[in-house]
Amino acid sequence: MSDRLAVRKTYKLYVNGAFPRSESGRTYEVADARGAFLANAAWASRKDARDAVVAARAAFGRWSRATAYNRGQVLYRVAEVMEGRHAQFCEEVAAGEGLSSGRARAVVDAAIDRWVWYAGWTDKLAAVLGSANPVAGPFFDFSLPEPTGVVAVLAPQRSSLLGLVSVLAPVLAGGNTAVVVTSHRRPLPAVTLGEVLATSDVPGGVVNLLTGDAGEIGPWLAEHDDVDAVDLTGAPADRALELERLAAGSIKRVLRPPAEEPDWTADPGTSRMTRFLETKTVWHPKGV
Amino acid sequence: MTHVLDPGTLAAGTRPGPGPAAPFDDVTRSDAALRAFLHGLPGVDQVGAEQRAATLGTRSIKTTAKAWAIDTAIAMVDLTTLEGADTPGRVRSLAAKARRPDPDDPSCPAVAAVCVYGDLAGVAREALAGTGIHVAAVATAFPSGRASRAVKLADVRDAVGNGADEIDMVIDRGAFLSGRYLEVFEEIVAVKEACGDAHLKVILETGELVTYDNARRASWLAMLAGADFIKTSTGKISPAATLPVCLVMLEAVRDFRAATGTQVGVKPAGGIRTTKDAVKHLVLVNETVGADWLSPDWFRLGASSLLNDLLQQRQKLRTGHYSGPDHVSVD
Repeated sequence: MSDRLAVRKTYKLYVNGAFPRSESGRTYEVADARGAFLANAAWASRKDARDAVVAARAAFGRWSRATAYNRGQVLYRVAEVMEGRHAQFCEEVAAGEGLSSGRARAVVDAAIDRWVWYAGWTDKLAAVLGSANPVAGPFFDFSLPEPTGVVAVLAPQRSSLLGLVSVLAPVLAGGNTAVVVTSHRRPLPAVTLGEVLATSDVPGGVVNLLTGDAGEIGPWLAEHDDVDAVDLTGAPADRALELERLAAGSIKRVLRPPAEEPDWTADPGTSRMTRFLETKTVWHPKGV
Repeated sequence: MTHVLDPGTLAAGTRPGPGPAAPFDDVTRSDAALRAFLHGLPGVDQVGAEQRAATLGTRSIKTTAKAWAIDTAIAMVDLTTLEGADTPGRVRSLAAKARRPDPDDPSCPAVAAVCVYGDLAGVAREALAGTGIHVAAVATAFPSGRASRAVKLADVRDAVGNGADEIDMVIDRGAFLSGRYLEVFEEIVAVKEACGDAHLKVILETGELVTYDNARRASWLAMLAGADFIKTSTGKISPAATLPVCLVMLEAVRDFRAATGTQVGVKPAGGIRTTKDAVKHLVLVNETVGADWLSPDWFRLGASSLLNDLLQQRQKLRTGHYSGPDHVSVD
């Protein structure tokens, strides 16, 4: 070994396309699966969540109005940049989740493939979920899926990359913007994903990544009047019901947490995308 | 004050016609005298002013103090719409918002005034009848101020005739910057006369005055000419209201009252968009000129989008969770 000094890393949040420190100034130590120090991560506060929601709301117009084709291209570009950081992701997943290097490589491959899979869905959603409806009247009647809006995502606690991609990509594919609270103990792949998003073509504010405690920030996001939907996948098991009750105050879409964290390698299906889509139906009088 | 000028050294005696009150009744006798006076004002320590404003901006205002500050700021807002696309309908909806900023909460105070272009002052006056909310109109070829004096005065008389009880005039920055101070002075005096009973706010447009020294000189010039309020900007030029400029102007009104006994109000306008900005301005007022100015009669915030942010913060304090733009009106 060389006698070079170690560069100890202190990561920051990813909000509105920039990397700010937490407003609170707090950080916490991230350890690997065996308890050895890995890096310092920012510990987001409720005010960081508030700023992230403002950014996500501001970004919603542009992202939701982009053509589905363009959204697909942008998401595919994210997968390309992830591929370039493959080794870094492998290292972080292996350290954080305690996997062998072979298993970690398989997880990262699956995460990138998952991203590509969702990128392909953007311009197919309207065809699959939309319809021309037969109605009893002289109307041309059709339905189209539209994004719900700003989605707060409590990312899975155990699967720090594949789980994160599996909850984030479906939200983005539909045209929503996201505020994500990452895995508390294993935030590093999310931090790297933030660096990937910043260097791909995703507009600032479309994805906001907060490293911190879902139990602390979750209630503020669930209650926030300007958040349209909340995904409770990574919520602490004993808090999920309370979060759902808080979300009812502003009539949010709520995706309930599974009883146990699922096997993320399984076929994801379309349910996560459809959960954060609204159906718009247009009745058009047939003239002439 | 007193560091500005020693009143004892000035020639006493009154001067015919409108002019500044003692002890400054002599400084406008000629262009040269006025220039000598304005350039004799102590220079502004730029670094010091910016640092002082920044330091005061870090004050932490929380809980009950924050609730008080938000309500005070709402009561100080001059709710403004100055767009080419303004219509009577838009002014009426703005007036409705001015009366009851938060329809869900009757405890929310009304704003201080509605600020419109002169031709719409009548609509605003009608919509605000009996509420005590003032109608402010911009005049004198707002925002550039580039018109002959006859046109400017006609503009003012028209706005007052339409029902405005506050006139926001712009100074002739071209004349000011080329040193024709007496011309600017005489114009303000003439506008003041045309205002009649209406209050006169003089817009300095500090973004075009370049230096803090000029902001201080323009403040004094406006106050000598009889302004009831001095206002930072039109809101059409960036930078508009900044904290250091507001500090310089507050120091000017403080010194002016110490010298003459006349209190003049201050109105920062433009660029104040968040509750945090508004609270910083209130702290600045309290620390610079004291509680005498912490009233809508002496301090105003010219803004349009600020009110929605204040209301959202107010809702946050009331309900305990964050509010969103869906819970305030779209203007």
